[in-house]
Amino acid sequence: MDIKVLVINLFALGCLIFAFVKDKTKTKQSLIIAAKSFLRILPVVLIIIIFIGLLLGFVTPDGISRIIGEKSGFKGTLLAALAGTILHIPSIISFPLAAALLRSGATITAVAAFITTLTMIGTITLPLEIKELGKKMALLRNGMSFLIAIVIAFIMGIIL
Amino acid sequence: MKNNRNIKTKKGMFRDVIILGVTVIITIILLLLFPDKQKTVISKSWEIFIEMLGILPAVMVLMGLFAVMIPKEMVVKYLGKTSGLKGIILAVLLGALPTGPLYVAFPMAVALINKGARISNVIIFLSAWACIKIPQEMMEFRFLGLKFMALRLFLTIVFVIIMGTLIEQIIEWSDKKAKGSTNE
Repeated sequence: MDIKVLVINLFALGCLIFAFVKDKTKTKQSLIIAAKSFLRILPVVLIIIIFIGLLLGFVTPDGISRIIGEKSGFKGTLLAALAGTILHIPSIISFPLAAALLRSGATITAVAAFITTLTMIGTITLPLEIKELGKKMALLRNGMSFLIAIVIAFIMGIIL
Repeated sequence: MKNNRNIKTKKGMFRDVIILGVTVIITIILLLLFPDKQKTVISKSWEIFIEMLGILPAVMVLMGLFAVMIPKEMVVKYLGKTSGLKGIILAVLLGALPTGPLYVAFPMAVALINKGARISNVIIFLSAWACIKIPQEMMEFRFLGLKFMALRLFLTIVFVIIMGTLIEQIIEWSDKKAKGSTNE
C-alpha cells in the first residue's frame, strides 16, 4: 500500500477514534453524513474516472502538451485557469485529473492555475454571493482570485 | 429550509446520475469504434478507481466529523471580535475547517460583517473556506505530492491575505468616495 494512503487513513482513523471517545452520538451522526456525502459524490467521481481514462487513451501526450503544455505558453495557462473557473468539479476529485494531465504533458503552471481557479472561484455560487455580500465584494473577490491564481501558478512553475 | 436543500440535493444527484449514464454510453460507443484504445482506457480508469477507493472514504469521514463537531456559531463568535495578525490567522484556520460547501459560508460572512469584523478578514475567511480544506489538501498530497501541495498551500495563504487587504482598501475607498459625492 502506498505510504501516503496509509498516512491519510491513519489520520482519519485517529480523528474518528478521538471523536468517538468524546461524543458517541455525534460521531455516529457524522458517519451517516460521511456515508451520504460519499453516495452523493459517487456519480461525479465515476464520471471523472471515465473521463481520465478516455483522456489518456484518446489524447496523446503531444496533444495535451500542445494545449496546456510547454508548447502552449501563456495561452495554455490562461486556458487552464478559464477551465477551472467555468467547470464545476468537486475540488477533492479534481486532483486525480490534475495528476493525469501532469503526467501526460501539462505544465505545472497550467495545472496549478486550473486547481486554484477551480477551488477559489465559484461561478455557480456567484449569484448567491452577490445577493448575500453585495456586488462589489463578490465581484472583487472572484475577479481578483482569478488574477492571483495565475500569479500563484507562475510562481509554482518557476519553483517546481 | 432544510427540506428545500434536500430536494435540491436529490435533483442534483438525479442530474449527476443521468450525466454518468450518458458518459458510460458514449464511452462504450467510442471503445467499440476504436477497439485498440480499449486496453488503455479501461486499465487507466481502473487504476484511478482503485486509487480513489483507498482514500475517498477517509476523506468523507473527516468531512463528516468536522461538519458535526464544529458549530457554525462558534466560528462566527471567534472571528467576529478578533483583529490584527491573530484575526488573519484565525480567519485562515476557521476557513480551512471543512464544514460544508461555499454557500454555507456566505450567511456566516454576512453575520461577521454585521458583528463588525474587518472586511479583509471576511474575505480571507471566505477564500480560505473556498480553497483551503483539510480533506482537499489530503487528496492533493496523495495525487500531486507533498512539494506541490505545500507550495500551493503556502502561496494561496499569502496571496489570499494580500487580496483581502487590497479588497478592504478598495471597498473603504469607494465607500468614502460615495459618501463624499452625496455630501456635495
